[in-house]
Amino acid sequence: MSKVSEDIALNTGSDTNSAKVKAATVWLDGCSGCHMSFLDMDERIVELLEKIDLLYSPLVDHKEFPDMVDVTLVEGAVSSHEDLEKIRKVRAHTKILVSLGDCAITANVPSMRNPFGVEAIMKHAYIDTAVTKDVIPNEVVPELFEYSRPVHNFVKVDLFLQGCPPPADAIHFLLTELLEGRMPDLTKVSRLGK
Amino acid sequence: MVTTGKKVKTFIIDGKDVSGTEDQTVIEVCRENNIEIPTLCHLEGLAEVGACRLCLVEIKGSNKLLPACVTKVHEGMEVITASEGLKKYRIKILELFFSERNHICSVCVSNGICELQNLAQRLGMTHVHYPYLFPKFDVDASHERFVLDNNRCILCTRCVRVCDEIEGAHTWDIMGRGIESMVITDLNKPWGESESCTSCGKCVAVCPTGALVEKYKNAVDKSFMYKKDKLKFLPYLTTMREVKNEQS
Ligand code: SF4
Ligand code: FES
Repeated sequence: MSKVSEDIALNTGSDTNSAKVKAATVWLDGCSGCHMSFLDMDERIVELLEKIDLLYSPLVDHKEFPDMVDVTLVEGAVSSHEDLEKIRKVRAHTKILVSLGDCAITANVPSMRNPFGVEAIMKHAYIDTAVTKDVIPNEVVPELFEYSRPVHNFVKVDLFLQGCPPPADAIHFLLTELLEGRMPDLTKVSRLGK
Repeated sequence: MVTTGKKVKTFIIDGKDVSGTEDQTVIEVCRENNIEIPTLCHLEGLAEVGACRLCLVEIKGSNKLLPACVTKVHEGMEVITASEGLKKYRIKILELFFSERNHICSVCVSNGICELQNLAQRLGMTHVHYPYLFPKFDVDASHERFVLDNNRCILCTRCVRVCDEIEGAHTWDIMGRGIESMVITDLNKPWGESESCTSCGKCVAVCPTGALVEKYKNAVDKSFMYKKDKLKFLPYLTTMREVKNEQS
């Protein structure tokens, strides 16, 4: 196993941490708003972290997805091969996968490009409206799929928390319910576009 | 219930004894008895079309589900409005609506007051199982005061009916077939060039989604139209007046 996962094994192997629930969050094609809403739980995050180890996330430093986590929250739609590879890997190493927010659930804002076609939107973004140089990038940024699609179109998703972004209270409810060992009914605490 | 000259039928809805006159539909009797059935195309005061299928109910002895809004009552019928099966079908119908057009709640003017969105939450739609089609529909903003966005239309035809039956203008109609159907003004002219449109705004008032909205305005919460005390006669006419008064 890689160096990083050894670190994690060390990290979770210590006495105080061993009983903690292992969690991760990932960010695909979304605006990071769902992650901001996660942070909006404010001091409740400290409480949660007594029971949860956040092993992988844009909010923490680990670069490799751990071997197995209990729950992963995924923000964003699947819009490119990069997203797809990421989410496949995450799925293979996650027990409960939660689509967090409308982009993950419906493709939401990223899907607004879908009716127009990739070529047209690339031209619009990088040539017609370009202020510096007008080239369509073909390196560094991943090539877009024809359509941005919801996560559950590619991998099995176990829970869906709607909202753009889901309110911090709803994320807190989700996590505390999971910690209690329950699969919550999330349509009661949020909705599409909330 | 006005019974003059009409036969009264007694029957059962969800195990409860109810009665209605022979010309009533199942939905009318349900509403009188505070039995909730989700609806989208039905609107009191307009002719029924049975377009959305959300009001499907089970009727004992029938092997198909029947839309409560166009099913007349009959003696001794036994209606079930809320079985597990019906719940599933209704969610599937909502999912089909969402998959067929581009309903992006987070950027919609009707976010928070949309009947489609509200029903999705109320009936517990967690996500859409069907693949989204992402069709391309244009937005018609040529009218001075109103906008039509076919991306958000569920083809309930409330606008078509209110314009024809109440305003008497028949500006609206449906063009095309099946999944490609869309609402149009006049003979598919831009709305702003329509000769028949009187700009009364009734279509905007009855649209359950963000497909028809007033320019430069937040969409107006129409849910009070469905509250008992407002539901006297042609509620959307009062609505339009109240909206105007609020704005002036
Ligand atoms: S525009 Fe609105 S009222 Fe007219 S058919 Fe579409 S959803 Fe119904
Ligand atoms: S309300 Fe009966 S079919 Fe739409």
